[in-house]
Amino acid sequence: MIDRKWIGHQVGQSTLVIERGRLKFFAKAIGETNPIYLDEGAAEAAGYADLPAPPTFVFAAELDSSTMFALFDQLGVPLGKVLHGEQGFEYFAPVVAGDTVTVTSLVKDIYDKRGGALEFVETESTAINQRGETVATMRGVTVVRN
Amino acid sequence: MAAPTYDTVHVDDLLPELSLPPVNRTALALFAGASGDHNPAHIDIDVARASGMPDVFAQGMLGMAWLGRLLTNWAPQSQLRKFDVRFAGITHLGNAITCTGRVAEKLDHNGERCVRVEISSANQFGQVKIVGAALIALP
Repeated sequence: MIDRKWIGHQVGQSTLVIERGRLKFFAKAIGETNPIYLDEGAAEAAGYADLPAPPTFVFAAELDSSTMFALFDQLGVPLGKVLHGEQGFEYFAPVVAGDTVTVTSLVKDIYDKRGGALEFVETESTAINQRGETVATMRGVTVVRN
Repeated sequence: MAAPTYDTVHVDDLLPELSLPPVNRTALALFAGASGDHNPAHIDIDVARASGMPDVFAQGMLGMAWLGRLLTNWAPQSQLRKFDVRFAGITHLGNAITCTGRVAEKLDHNGERCVRVEISSANQFGQVKIVGAALIALP
């Protein structure tokens, strides 16, 4: 069982520079065909300052910096036992290539079901850009198969 | 297709479906690198088997990114306000996913006219993989 003392734990900050090349790689990986995600000219014609980051891309910040993987290491949970249970985003401002996004997260809750056979780690995150504007908030639930 | 507007959209309208090719190992490797999800359970069969899975399986966030495409194909991303999903099943190699959406409600959110769209994805056998909802502002 995961020690409940981790509820409220502040996960380290993660900073991700949003690069055009990375966005195009992401677009390719998800099979994106909409030109605004692939071509700077099309993005600008659609009113974006540069290539926009797709809706789920900001999730990459915590993964890139390995803070989430480090968290499960701290909790004593092997990665092979985790599954993604839920994920949510609320959006407040666009993220485009050239932005720098910093994500701050905390462990919101830890609970179990089926007598501990499944444990759930809920995290809440806030993503801000280089101007200090909140661009998105995220909520995630990770399932641990014990 | 013209971008949807609040007055032209109706409850029970369906979003144009998005159908994906069957998941293969290359897709999982590319998404691991692009998304930053380097969990080896998605790219290394030895690790997957050691943790009790028969083979590597798709990252949940790959499926959510496909649902994101369903939404941004329908309305510009700048109008997307909320996007929430629950992962209901593991997407295995060979699964061909179709993403669908239905306008469930027209509502006011923070003074903006919005629609709540119910979304889901399922494989070619009808097994549901992700269910969720999105809130989209419409002009």
